[in-house]
Parts: sequence; structure tokens; C-alpha cells
Amino acid sequence: MKLLPIIEVKDLTKVFGKNKKQALNLLNEGKSKEEILKETGSTVGVNRASFSVEEGEVFVIMGLSGSGKSTLIRLINRLIEPTSGSILIDGQDLSKMDKNSLREVRRKKLSMVFQQFALFPHRTILENAAFGLEIQKVSKEEREKKAKEALELVGLGGYLHQKPSQLSGGMQQRVGLARALANDPKVLLMDEAFSALDPLIRKEMQDELLDLQSSMQKTILFITHDLDEALRLGDRIALMKDGSIVQIGTPEEILMNPANDYVERFVEDVDRSKVLTASHIMKRPETINIDKHGPRVALERMGEEGISSILVIDSKRNLKGYVTAEDALEARKNNVKDIHAILQTDIPKVDIDTALHDIFSIIYDSKVPVAVVEEGKLKGIIIRGSVIAALAGEGEVNMENA
Amino acid sequence: MLNTILDFAPKIPLAEWVDWLTGVITDGFAFLFDPIKEHFGNFMEFFAEDVLMAIPPVIFILAIALIAFFVTGKKFGLAAFSIVGLWLVYNQGHWENLMNTVTLVLLASLISIIIGVPIGILMSKSKTANAIITPILDFMQTMPAFVYLIPAVAFFGIGMVPGVFASVIFATPPTVRFTNLGIRQVSKDLVEASDAFGTTGSQKLFKVELPMAKSTIMAGINQTVMLALSMVVIASMIGAKGLGREVLSSLQRADAGTGFVAGIAIVILAIIIDRITQNLNRDKD
Ligand SMILES: Nc1ncnc2c1ncn2[C@@H]1O[C@H](COP(=O)(O)OP(=O)(O)OP(=O)(O)O)[C@@H](O)[C@H]1O
Ligand SMILES: [Mg+2]
Repeated sequence: MKLLPIIEVKDLTKVFGKNKKQALNLLNEGKSKEEILKETGSTVGVNRASFSVEEGEVFVIMGLSGSGKSTLIRLINRLIEPTSGSILIDGQDLSKMDKNSLREVRRKKLSMVFQQFALFPHRTILENAAFGLEIQKVSKEEREKKAKEALELVGLGGYLHQKPSQLSGGMQQRVGLARALANDPKVLLMDEAFSALDPLIRKEMQDELLDLQSSMQKTILFITHDLDEALRLGDRIALMKDGSIVQIGTPEEILMNPANDYVERFVEDVDRSKVLTASHIMKRPETINIDKHGPRVALERMGEEGISSILVIDSKRNLKGYVTAEDALEARKNNVKDIHAILQTDIPKVDIDTALHDIFSIIYDSKVPVAVVEEGKLKGIIIRGSVIAALAGEGEVNMENA
Repeated sequence: MLNTILDFAPKIPLAEWVDWLTGVITDGFAFLFDPIKEHFGNFMEFFAEDVLMAIPPVIFILAIALIAFFVTGKKFGLAAFSIVGLWLVYNQGHWENLMNTVTLVLLASLISIIIGVPIGILMSKSKTANAIITPILDFMQTMPAFVYLIPAVAFFGIGMVPGVFASVIFATPPTVRFTNLGIRQVSKDLVEASDAFGTTGSQKLFKVELPMAKSTIMAGINQTVMLALSMVVIASMIGAKGLGREVLSSLQRADAGTGFVAGIAIVILAIIIDRITQNLNRDKD
């Protein structure tokens, strides 16, 4: 059973400027953002974006500066009024809501974290974190309790009565996160929330966000212009260009099969060794069955395939070991029927999720190919050549295995 | 010869129109002006004579010194100045005049703030209001202050009340302008954050915009108070009591000494008020 999407965006469009109707018509005729600017003087912020986000998902929107990311995320809580299209939050259409219902949705369901933190400088950390509850008229006692919990969650339990200006950037953004979490919203909207932080702090915050997400199961809409960040955080990634979404997919899909040149260029400079796993580069293994086959069959298979060793499994595909052509030849000469006699078990194994980066060091020292297993069962085999090819960004990669 | 071109039209009766309008307002709003004149006048008299003058000058001076001390962050400078300055005023026999002037300035400022801040807020929220009110403010500030005395007298006769009226008109614009400016200056990010968390208009105003605009608004209020103070001599021309009247009468009698002393008393009051309102601002920043 599939859950209802918590956010569903349909044909969402934002045109800045005067000639909205004309611009919309031109968009539908397939004119580009640039042409429309020239003809009407209006800027297309977001162009007919459609996507949906499942509950508990981390959905990343990525794109270059000016591609419309901030506009899109602000359309989702209607800080910016949509020109056309709809935004369904929990099945309710935000674009048709009156002010009061919209305010309720903002209070209860959507909380936002900002690039420049946007903390209130005249309020203490605790008062900042309690802001969302304060405006819902939650009693002082209760809102401070919840705000404190949220601050402890982000590791700032000891700074309750400081002012934001007394904290470092990383800490300020934790306050921003705590302020959003204190409301206990279903969805966190994060617009380049970590972009203003230096790289080390940034990575730390990414890890923490993932921890928080896995323990609290929040749905997160995260905006970034940084592909590495997108790959680390995203369950799925949407790529934007000139206001349009050009591709949506899992990190693997985006990397492996870039939808067009734009995506490909984006993807080019990612360190592939961190993203690719064993499943992407393994090949179908040649095997013999330990219960049925003897040295003769092994030899024959190896001869057919032109290989010098072959993996041995049982009927349930559990990996048992391997035999070499040399040993099999010897056994046949001596009329040994039982494969156990020549079975070698010191085979290098990696799990199916192992990163390419880690496989490389294993395979480098190994004379035989590396077996890929999942819960003891053989899934595939990796030879040295395919690791190198993958690292170089060439060679085919099997998506059906992913 | 050439001038005849300019004489194509008879003199426009601008002055007559204003006279007519003033007359209409005076008569039409008499039901409003008369009770204001009476009750507010009584209140001012009460405030000056039965409140301020009832406080023994020693206590008054010490209280001001204490306020100065704490407002300036526990420094002695302004406190010491207040003690010496106010004592000098007392010594010169101007205490009663000082109390009348304080009453005039205090009430005029208070009314200016009560009127000015909401108008400033309105201007910051509405483009239309901004477009309409800005030229009115310009007009109010460029018109010579003396001119305000005329309708003030027409509406309220002579005495303290028309003095307050003229002072309010003259002193309100800075509070309006600075309130408007302060709210417009609140960073877009913070306004956005406030909206994103679902604030109502008034929650946003009171919890974010006004606190953030506070120091700008206070700078405006400081100017308003100083302008109100600068009106005391002018207001005395229509019968407002206080230090201003001393200055005016010594001018009429060419009495340099008395005039100077009264002038010094005004300066002392100005410095104390200015520094206290300025520090009020900085302190809570
Ligand atoms: N208020 C506005 N008025 C007019 N045009 C706007 C406005 N806001 C954004 N735009 C335009 O809309 C487009 C998208 O802007 P947006 O800020 O959403 O980009 P972005 O992807 O968030 O960029 P960045 O990475 O720089 O934050 C840009 O062309 C921008 O100039
Ligand atoms: Mg942006």
C-alpha cells in the first residue's frame, strides 16, 4: 500500500512582473524563460513544476543560482503567491485557502529554516525557539518546555538565555532548526539551510539532520545548490533549471542516467567513488552447485567462459567458496569426484551496499574476483577492470541491480 | 508693460478661503474644541500646579538625577549635570516656570507620540497612506511654526491648550517618519520568518516589527521631544506659561540679563531631556 503524498505540487507556476496572463500563454507555447522576459518583461520564477513528496521522505531540490529553488519552496507555504497551479498539503489545496486556514497550516504543518538563519535578535535563544508556539498562544510554561526539548535535541540545552548574536553560525542555525522543530510540524522546509556554514560544520549539520530525520521521521524539503549535499541528504532529488524541474530521481538515478546535458554537467564533478556501490558494478557470476557438480563440470564451465576460477554455491545460492582451474585439472587427473576436496574458502566478499571506494582497496590486493553477497547469498561478482572503469566514469552500470 | 500679462486674473482670495475654512472648523467643531479647551486646560493646570509643583524641588531634582544615573548605565556625568543645572534654575527663581514648561513639553510630546506612532505604522503598511501622508508631513515641517499659532488661537483661544496644539502639529512629523522608516527597515528575512510561522498581522507588528524598529522609533521620539521644547517660546506668544514667556517678555523689554537666564534654563532642560531619551534607546538595545 502506498501512502498518500504529504506534499503534492501540480503545474505550479510563478511569474514575477506585470504581464502574467501573456507570460503563462507563452509558457504553454513552450517559450523559454529568456524569450518570455524579452517579450513581456516578466520573469518566470517557477515553470509548471509538478512533484510529490511522501511522508518521511527527504526531498532535495537542487539547481544553480536563479533556477527558482527559493521561489519554489516559498510557493509551498505561500510566502509567494502562485500564479497558477496547485499545492496540496495533506490533500488540502493551499493555493485556494483563505488566510486563516493558511495560517493554521503554516503553524501546524510546515516549518521553515532559512539560509541566513533569520533569528530574532531581540529574543533569547529560548524565546526564539518558542516563537512558533508563542504565536499559537500556547502557555508560557508549556512552550518553554517544548522549546527546551527542541534545543536539547540540537545540542543547545546550555544556551537558553543567550542572544543569537552571541552564538556562532553553526549554533545559530541549530536554533533555527530547533525553532522549526518545536512546532512539531509534519514538514520542514529548508532553503539552503546549511549554505552559510563553513564546510566542516556543514557536514556535521548534515549528519545531525539525517539522525534527527531517522528518529523523528519528519518530511524534509531541502534546497541546495550543492550536489554533494543533495546526494548525502536526499532520498530523491529534483533538479531545476530556469524555473523548470528537469529531472526527479534517487541519487543513483540522477548520477547514472542524467536526463540531459544540464544534469550531466552538474553530475560530472561528483566523486563517483563515494556514490557508487557494489550493486552498480557487479556482474553476473559464473557458478557451480556444490551439491550437484564435480570438478569436471567446473572445468568445462571455466573453459567455456575463459576464466581461471569459478564460484561455488549451494542450491540456495549461499556462497561456499571457489575452485581454480588448476586444482580442478589436478582432481580430474586423480579421479576425485567430490568438489569439497579442492574447495577454497578464503574468497574476498563485500556486501551489496559497499561503496566503490572501499571495494577498491579490497580488490587491489586480491588475486581472485570479489564476491558480492547479501545476507550470505551470492548476488554478483566484481572484477578489477570494472572498478577502474567505474571510477573513471565510463563503462556501463547496471541500474536494474540498484 | 509686460507685467500686465501677469495681471490677467484678479487676486485669488486664498487668504479669504483659509479664513472661511478656519471659521467653519471653529464653529463646526466648537462642540469638540470647547470641552477640550476647558477640560484639558484644567488638567494641565492641575498637572503643573498640583502635581509637579507639589513635589518639593529637592525631591524632584534627586529623582531626575537618579533617572539620569540609571539610564546612562550608572555613570555620574548626566546625574551631576542634572543636579547642578536644575539647582541653578531653582536658584534663579524659575522653578515655577520650569514646571509649566515641563508640563507643556511633556504633554505635547506624549500626544505627538500617541498620534505619531500609529500613523507611522499605517504608512509602513499601506502604500496609499504613505503616498498621501508624506507630502502632508513635508508641508507641516516646512511651514513656519508661527503660522500654527493662528488656527490654534482660533480653535482654543489663548493659554496652554493652544500652545500644546501648535507644538503637537510642529513636533509630530519625526515620530511618524521614523516609525514608518523603522518598520520598513526590518529585515525581509525576519518578516518572512514571522509569516512562515503563521503570525497574524498584529502578532507580526508587536512581536517582530515594533521591537526591531524600536531604536529607530526612539530616535524619532527624541526629535519630537526636542521640537516640542523648541516651541515653548513661540507658544508663549499665545499665552502659554513657562520659561518661554520669560524669554518673550525680556525681548519686549530689551532685558538681556533676564532673557539670558531664562534661555539658559531652557538649554539645561533640553540637554537633560535629550540625553535621557537618547540613552533610553541605547540602554535596551
Ligand atoms: N521578488 C521577485 N521579483 C522578481 N523576480 C524575482 C523575484 N524573486 C525571484 N525572482 C527571479 O526569479 C528567478 C528565480 O529566483 P530564485 O531566488 O527562486 O532562485 P534560486 O534558485 O533560489 O537562486 P539562489 O541559488 O541564488 O538562491 C530569478 O530569475 C530571480 O531573478
Ligand atoms: Mg535561493
